[in-house]
Parts: sequence; structure tokens; C-alpha cells
Amino acid sequence: MAQIKFKVNGKRTSVQVDPDTPLLWVLRDHLQLTGTKYSCGMGLCGCCTVHLDGQATRSCITPISAVSGKTVTTIEGLGKDGLHPLQKAWIDDDVPQCGYCQPGQIMTAAELLAEHPNPTDPEIDAAMDGVLCRCGTYQRIRNAIHKAAKEL
Amino acid sequence: MAAFTSVTRRQFIKLTGMGGSALILGFAAPWACAKNSQVDLEDAVFEPNAWVKITSDDTITVYMPRSEMGQKVWTALPMILADELEADWSKVKVTQGHLNAEYGNQTTGGSKSVRTNYDALRKAGATTREMLITAAANTWGVAPEECRAERNQIIHTPTGKKLSYGDLVPATTDVPVPDNAPLKDPRDFKIIGRSFKSIDTAFKVDGSLDFGWDRQETNMRTVVISRCPVFSGKVATHDAAGALSLEGVEKVLEVPAGIAVIARDTWSAIQGRRQLKIEWDPGDNAKLDSKAISAELHKNLDSPKETLRQDGNPDAAIRKANQVYKATFEVPYLDHAPMEPMNCTVFIHDKVCEVWAPTQNPGAAFRAAQEITGFDDAQIHIYTDRMGGGFGRRLQADFVADAVAVAQQVNAPVKVIRTRDEDIQHGFYRPASVHRVAGALGKYGFPTVWTHRVSGPVPWHGLYTGGAAELAYDIPNQRIDYAAAEIPVPVGAWRSVAHTQTAFVNECWIDELAEHAGMDPVEYRRKLLKHHPRHLGVLNLVAEKSGWGKPLPTGHAQGVAVHFSYYSWAAVVAEVSLDARSNLKIHRMDCAVDCGTVINPDGVAAQVEGGVTLALTAALYGEISLKNGRVQQSNFHNYRLLTMSEAPVIHTHIVKSTEKPTGIGEPPVPPTPPALANAIARLTGKRIYRLPIPQPLV
Repeated sequence: MAQIKFKVNGKRTSVQVDPDTPLLWVLRDHLQLTGTKYSCGMGLCGCCTVHLDGQATRSCITPISAVSGKTVTTIEGLGKDGLHPLQKAWIDDDVPQCGYCQPGQIMTAAELLAEHPNPTDPEIDAAMDGVLCRCGTYQRIRNAIHKAAKEL
Repeated sequence: MAAFTSVTRRQFIKLTGMGGSALILGFAAPWACAKNSQVDLEDAVFEPNAWVKITSDDTITVYMPRSEMGQKVWTALPMILADELEADWSKVKVTQGHLNAEYGNQTTGGSKSVRTNYDALRKAGATTREMLITAAANTWGVAPEECRAERNQIIHTPTGKKLSYGDLVPATTDVPVPDNAPLKDPRDFKIIGRSFKSIDTAFKVDGSLDFGWDRQETNMRTVVISRCPVFSGKVATHDAAGALSLEGVEKVLEVPAGIAVIARDTWSAIQGRRQLKIEWDPGDNAKLDSKAISAELHKNLDSPKETLRQDGNPDAAIRKANQVYKATFEVPYLDHAPMEPMNCTVFIHDKVCEVWAPTQNPGAAFRAAQEITGFDDAQIHIYTDRMGGGFGRRLQADFVADAVAVAQQVNAPVKVIRTRDEDIQHGFYRPASVHRVAGALGKYGFPTVWTHRVSGPVPWHGLYTGGAAELAYDIPNQRIDYAAAEIPVPVGAWRSVAHTQTAFVNECWIDELAEHAGMDPVEYRRKLLKHHPRHLGVLNLVAEKSGWGKPLPTGHAQGVAVHFSYYSWAAVVAEVSLDARSNLKIHRMDCAVDCGTVINPDGVAAQVEGGVTLALTAALYGEISLKNGRVQQSNFHNYRLLTMSEAPVIHTHIVKSTEKPTGIGEPPVPPTPPALANAIARLTGKRIYRLPIPQPLV
């Protein structure tokens, strides 16, 4: 057990956990931030993506010890003043079907837009390829990213 | 905007039973027990039937007895009711209707939610509207005929006086439920047929929507189970000391599914499971092997069990033919792999078993809970949780049974979750099947005979023959039969069930016969479908919209397929090319559907996009294989899903129709793999007889 201090969605927080515990379970079980989802547990699907110091990160394979002193942003904290333009575009294009992978999709896309405010299709492919959707929302995700880029 | 809330069954009973006076009418025949509706004046609720509640704040709440898993039925069904009710859509909310005999069958599958609830929802909306008109007319002392409903208001047409639905709630107390409220002329629909955004999208983009995995109950424990990697294997011995030494692990229990680790949090449960030392007795299935299964299915082709269709004299037609074409097709087992793995939360306390299940089948969840606990009906409460995908996997209740069995031994709510490897390796798979077909052509090139024998792995042949005997092509001599083996791999319904196999075979084979005849595959099908106007409707629409027969970019080819399933027609055109390394590139997919009256066109498009994508994944990557009794796949690295860069643009084309609405969740799936395979055949000259399609292609 170790005391780990970090920031989540702008708030200082501290947890007493096994330092190997993946960030995903700390967010979900200890901080009740359940918008970040489990699906593969091996960094293969991207459902658990959060931002760690601004970088899109697979929380299911990130031990909490690596988060000490850092800043975590989850889907619950993405919108600074209301919804992020991506979230608005997602609603506008009615992107989600079941919705389970969408927090990971949006968090990954948010990093993409931070780095490439006007991404090309190949840039979208490169950034989004590892985030899996079983329902088949890819083309709406692509369109919504382009739409949000115009709003930024 | 419209919104939704979630109430538990306890709240539901409290709300609907307020003051003992609110009325709920039966679901299947809501008018059979018509009597005066009643209203609780203090709380001002008007609840004329099991579907809808209107409150004094002018909110319309629609109860949704079907499960939502991404198919947008939570939007489509309320739209039907709201149209007849002349509702202001922004004031419509949806809440889950939990398992309740009033609703009849609540299974969500077979693409039937809209099809089977359309009439009842229209009636419920119309009846509610007429009661509000009567309430307003009574209030004003005018004739009901002088009043009309419009956007959550009743308007007295001669004077322009208005009362909102919310204002009218108290006045509905003594209004009788009319027997035959008039339904709207479909030409007057204001909501049905227009694209509406999903009622719950806002909750899916900010992390606030809770799925089964997100359930938190006070004092809840998280549980994972170590399962024998061989189906039906048992625990021989186990040593829990290592698991119990972990701080977060509270208990280790033997349950029917294996050894369960009960922990205070998920990571402790998963870590605890890793520390278990278990010796398994794998039982009789330790030698299950995909190659042996395939060989058995092939061998079984020589032992037909039952003929499903015979037209004319296929044997004589084959004897007479100058040339008989033959082929054998094979498809593998498939897992559903929804993004949210199976899970269920159960709390047994005070002689009550409460079950929170992300399920397509609350009735099966109930039966599973009852079988294990032996409780009376009234002691078992099933609450339907949100699902992160279903695709048929959640029609099963194995994950509910797991949680109930654990809950019997734990004095707290337990959430029993599966990790991805467990989820893939302990599924109910789309069955593998082998198909032997033969055909011969007449002098104009059209088939004189068609035979198709399906060999499947379980006695329940509906899981692999459905769609085979309903061949629409005009062929005078046909025989469709099947052979059934008994292979102990668990099987179940996978989005569009047997149509995934039979459409692949039918549509690849007719395409090959067209090639033998030297005819264009679309034109060939048109000639053979001339008595099937709705098949022709989707075929012609997809041919037109995909630019069939027009020049394509160099190196591109198209393939087509058409299939009827779940009372709907779907036709698909795939356009593909090969890159320098012979890897397949899918450029675009066009899908035309005829599902009768369309409720929400954008919802139909989403289902087409979803169905086509799921089917492409299966065609390109989908295969569950077994070796030494163990499923070889364990996660998304070896059970791959289509990714963003591979996903083609999908164009949806809807046939305009005023017929009754029919299914849309499943029908786009079956014609997709054969359209892709036929495009590849035209591109490479090589036919595809086995899925998944091997890559690289040459």
C-alpha cells in the first residue's frame, strides 16, 4: 500500500492503494469516476483512455505509481466550460450507439485536436486506429472530429 | 432537449401505485381492462396505460420495456407514441420499464422491438391524446370535436383557448378510457419518418451514463471467477491461500462456474484470481479441436437428417444437366465480443433476490435466479441495466446465474464481472457450419436446379439453417436439407443468427452461377427475382446508388448481394481494391434497405452502419478456434475488430414505404460478407468459400 497524490479533473486527490493498481481501477473504484471504461485490460482497445499530463494514456495498463504528482483528465472533466467541442459534435452527429467506447474515443480525439487542430483523414486514422468500436460508429466519429475542428 | 431517467422497480411501483389510485393497463391488450383512469391529485400524475405518464410539469415519461444496447430503440419507440400523442418531443423522457408481467415478452432480439410494439404504441398514444381532449372539453364545457391536440397542448379551435397537458392532469380523473381512439392518418405524422437524435446521446459523451459495469450498490463487493478453460470442466482441487493473503480479498468460494474471488475492489479481485492454485478436471471436452470439428461437419454432410424444402425434382434435374457445378462453403464459430464484457450485480437479503442485469432477456434472468434460489415470483426483482453492446450475447443468462450463485454465499451486494479473456473464452458462439451446394444451368443460363445441404454442430438447426429454405430465386428444382452433429461447444444467437451463414452461401453461389452463365450479377438476380418486388426494390436502389455498371477507378471491383431477414429486405454493394502487397482495401459499402415504414431514418442509417461494420469484421477477422478443448482467442489482438483506418464509408439508402415497420438491427448483416466476397471474386478471379477471408489475398 502506498499513498499516491495526483490531480484529477483539476482537483487534488490522494489514494491509499497498492502502487501497482492500474489508474483505471483507482478512477472507477476509489474515485467513482466510472465514465472511464474497462474493456480489454491490455491496452488493446482504448476504452479506458484518459489524459495524463495532457497525453492520451491507456489507464488500464498505467500503474497508479506512475501517476504520482501528475494531472489526470477523464471524460467527466474534459469540458472546461460546459461541453468540449468534440462532445458537442458527437451530440450533433448522434455518434454513439451503445456508447461504451465513446469516452475513450472522445479522449483520444481530444488529444489529436490539441496536436492537430485541423486533422487530415490520415491523421485521424493514425490517432484513432487503436480505439475499437464494436457498434460501427467509425464514420460518424471521423465526421464529428472534422466538425469539432471547425468549431475550435 | 428530451431526456431520460432511470427508476428502480420499487420506485416504479411506488409511482404507479400512488394513493392506490393510479391506473396501469395491460401491455399486450391495453384496452381489454379499460376502466376509468385515475389520477393522484396531490402528485398530479396522469398514467392512462403501462406506456406513458404525464405529470403536472408537462413532462411525458415513456416506459421502455425493451432493453437498449445501442440500437436506439429508446428513441424509436417513444417517437411512435409521441406522434400519436401530439407530444412536444422536447418534453418526452424515457425510463426503463423493468421486468413486469404487464409488458408481456420483454426479450430484445430478432429485430422486433419496433415491429411488434408499433401498433400498441400508436394505440397508447392515441388513447392518451383522446383522453386529454375529453379532459379539456369537460373543463371548458365544450364539445370534444371542437378541440385538437398540438405540441403538448389541447386547443379549443373556435376560440383558440389552450391548456397544456401538464395543466390537464387533474382534469383527467374522471375521463373514461376510450375503446377505439382514432389513429392518425400516416400522412399527418409529424415525428414518425423524421430523423431524431437519440434521446440519451448527451449522457454518452460525458461519462454520466451508467452501464452494468458501472453499478455501485452500498457495501458492494466485486467478484471475478476462475473458470475451467475447457467447457463443462470442473474444479478438482484448489488452494486459496495466496488469494486470501491479499489485503483486498475477503473470501474465496467454490461456485458452479469455478472458484470465485470476493474482493473489496476490482483490482484486488483480479489479483486474487491470479494467486489461486487450481487443478482442473477438464472432463470429456478436453480434446475438442477445430480441425476435428471441421472434419466432423464435412463428414456429416453425407448423413442428412431432414429436408426443409423440396421443389420439383432436383435429382432428376441434376441427372439431366450437361454440367453440374458444385462447391463447399465453411464458416467458423464467432464470438459477440461487445465492448462491455458480461457482468451482473445481485443482492440477496430479507428473502428477496435483487438482480441488476445488463440483459437483452430479463425473463431468462428471472428464470435463472428462480432456479438457483427457489424463491417465489414476488421475491425476485429483475432490473434491466444499460448494455455496452449485446449482439445476442446478452440473450443468455449464464452471467446472471454466476452472480446469483455467488450472492447466495455473500451477505452483501455482489457485482460479478468477466475480464475480456473470460468473456471471449466462455461465450455462446455463432455456430460453425459447412454447406454443400450444387447447381446446373438451363439453356438461357438460369439455374434449373439448386441444392443446399447445411451441416451444423447442434440439433437446434434454426441456428444455422434459417434463411436457407427461403431462397427467393425463381429456380424450378430445389432441395434444402440439413445434417446435425452434436458438438459440445456452447452456441447461441449472434446478430442475424443463421442468416449470417445462409446468406453468405446463397449469395456467393448465385453470384458464381451468374459468372458461369456469363451474365452480370445484378441483372442475373433481377431476372430470377421478377416475382419478388421488394427484393427488386432494394437491389435496384443499391445498384443505382452504388453506380453499379459504371466505370470504376482502375483496380477497383464491386460485388453485390441481396437477402431477406427479420421481415426486411437488404441489398449491399461492396467496392474493393488490392494494395501493392495484395492487402484488401474496402473503399465503400452501399446498403439499401426496405423495412417498411421508417420511424427514425437516421436511426436506420446507424443500424446499417453498425450491421455492415460488424459483418465486415466477421468476414475479415472473425474466428473462434479450439485446441485441446480450449478457445484459442483471448483478447482483441487475436480476436480482431475492424478499426478506423479499415472502416469504409457506408452509404445507407432507404426504400420509401408505407408498409408496416419491420426489423433493421439485423437485416444489414447477412448480405455484407457475400457482397464483399463477390467483389473479391470479380477482382481476383478467385471465389471465397471460407470465412474469414484469408489475407493477403493472392
